[in-house]
Amino acid sequence: MTIEGLPPGLLMIAGALLLPFVGAAARRVMVLALPLAVLALVWMLPEGSGPALSFLGQSIAPLRVDALGRLFATIFLLMAAAGALFALGQSRLLEGVAAFVYAGSAVGVVLAGDLITVFVFWELMAVGSTLVLWAAGTPSAARAAMRYVQVHLLGGVVLMVGIVAHVAATGQTAFEAMRPETLGTWLILAGFLINAGAPPFSAWLPDAYPEASWSGMVFLSAFTTKTAVYALIRGFPGAEILIAIGLFMVFYGIIYALLENDMRRILAYSIVNQVGFMVTGVGIGTEMALNGAAAHAFAHILYKALLLMSAGSVLLMTGRRLCSDLGGLFRTMPVTTACGIIGALAISSFPWTSGFVAKSMIGQSAADGGLALTWFLLTAASAGVFLHAGIKFPWFVFFQKDSGLRPADPPWSMRLAMILLSALCVGIGVFPGLLYGLLPHPVDYQPYTAAHVVEMLQLLGFSGLAFFLLLPMMKRTRTVTLDADWLWRRPGAAAATRLWTGLAAVFAELTATAAAAVRSVADHARALHGPRGILARSMSSGGMAAFALVALGLALVALYR
Amino acid sequence: MTETSRHASDDHWLVRPATVRRLWIGGIALLAGLVAAGTAVHGHAYFGVDGLFAFNAWYGFGACAAMVVAAKVLGVLLKRKDTYYDH
Repeated sequence: MTIEGLPPGLLMIAGALLLPFVGAAARRVMVLALPLAVLALVWMLPEGSGPALSFLGQSIAPLRVDALGRLFATIFLLMAAAGALFALGQSRLLEGVAAFVYAGSAVGVVLAGDLITVFVFWELMAVGSTLVLWAAGTPSAARAAMRYVQVHLLGGVVLMVGIVAHVAATGQTAFEAMRPETLGTWLILAGFLINAGAPPFSAWLPDAYPEASWSGMVFLSAFTTKTAVYALIRGFPGAEILIAIGLFMVFYGIIYALLENDMRRILAYSIVNQVGFMVTGVGIGTEMALNGAAAHAFAHILYKALLLMSAGSVLLMTGRRLCSDLGGLFRTMPVTTACGIIGALAISSFPWTSGFVAKSMIGQSAADGGLALTWFLLTAASAGVFLHAGIKFPWFVFFQKDSGLRPADPPWSMRLAMILLSALCVGIGVFPGLLYGLLPHPVDYQPYTAAHVVEMLQLLGFSGLAFFLLLPMMKRTRTVTLDADWLWRRPGAAAATRLWTGLAAVFAELTATAAAAVRSVADHARALHGPRGILARSMSSGGMAAFALVALGLALVALYR
Repeated sequence: MTETSRHASDDHWLVRPATVRRLWIGGIALLAGLVAAGTAVHGHAYFGVDGLFAFNAWYGFGACAAMVVAAKVLGVLLKRKDTYYDH
């Protein structure tokens, strides 16, 4: 196979595995150059499928290039490069290697032409992301990584069973649009949704990601959920159930973020919220809605990474993560504050940012389709995004009160990564054609009409007013908010412990019985053959002679005829 | 990790009461301007209600207030100390 036939994701993974074997200086160059080189390769590949291969008797197409796959591969590789720049000072080598395996697997999924290849890269992604989380090296990260990997292994099993059922029923391995109508396709959909952070498994995301290192969460935020969004766009466009699921996620993210105190967990809940907009778009399913979902995924990766870089900088420079411990940092962290605010404006869909030109396509498609309830809820949610992430994050971290902390801005590589992403967020907002040209369907949409800009500014402005008027109701408390994961972290864990103790007791009983049986056999043997055993006793020579005499006599009698 | 020394108080211009008051006045003037601008440019109303006067202003404010109250109510039921899951 030539290099053109190799999935670019594999090249990224292979490059990642080489990282430990090069010197520190070369590694710094390689982590920046590798994703950009793979990105260039993706853009040189012709559209269409690479050579079909045979695997376990099935035909697979590990490489398929089209606009949708290329859009996601592009943002994943850009993100890997930006994340690597931000993490240049990260001393944990495992995190960087794992992050690139993770990014490469995500690229593998979006450029795969068949479900089997999708599954293989899907599982590799779970391994890579778990290791990114694990690499933080704290006990809480290790525990969170275990909880995280269990949910993703479950998701992987559901996806695999679905794929097997689908292939068995249709004989097709190709990854094309499906309807959730058979057991196989329902399970595939469920597998995708678990990774998207859909209910009832949304909690895996805010539980796990904030335990990663200051740089680890930047990588984690980008790939898993957005690969799931890609898979939904490709596999289930127009599946109506996704509208309801997406709207649930949107409001779940807002409400839980409003209750949260940990700055990075606020941003984690807001990932679920933002993915909810995309899932809703996929459910609406028109070309405009799918374009909106894809564009929003692209834009979201950039501004969420920017927000998490800003939060990661605060974490690194202060060692604190709770809003109640932070505040007033704008004084000494001007770059981090400014970049954090740009990210916050972009996530809020402020005009002249990437969020505005991307998300409004989803709302527009709801309006065009006459989906009144969906449109009103999406509009309310847009206000809620400003409330829970757009103002709450910068306000509590950088302003609010004077916490007395006077940390400096982070090192140059981190500042540069934030400045570059800020430039992209504003650049895409001002020149939306840059993004629209990459979308899977032709774009016939003009985001910048006077009415649209004024409406959006009104919505956001009055949301801001609501925030400051209701601020007394949003005082941060040192609390966690229970979620569906309570079921498996409390009663589930207790049941598992009981089951384990029960099994251990049964096992102890069984081994005791078996030991008693063995002991009784041994006692009998000892009685017969032991030092004083009847068969092991030493006898006197007189006795032996008498015994021999009797035995010979008996033999004589017996044999005498 | 850089040193994070504590200063008892400082007088950054941005947090002075006078500045905060000016920010409030400026903000409210801006909101009023946006409502006025909304009457000048007419968007396309799709569902009737969204064509009402200053729809985005009162809808955005109302939605946020509702969400804050909803979170408050849910918090009463679902909030636990942040050491809840620690072993």
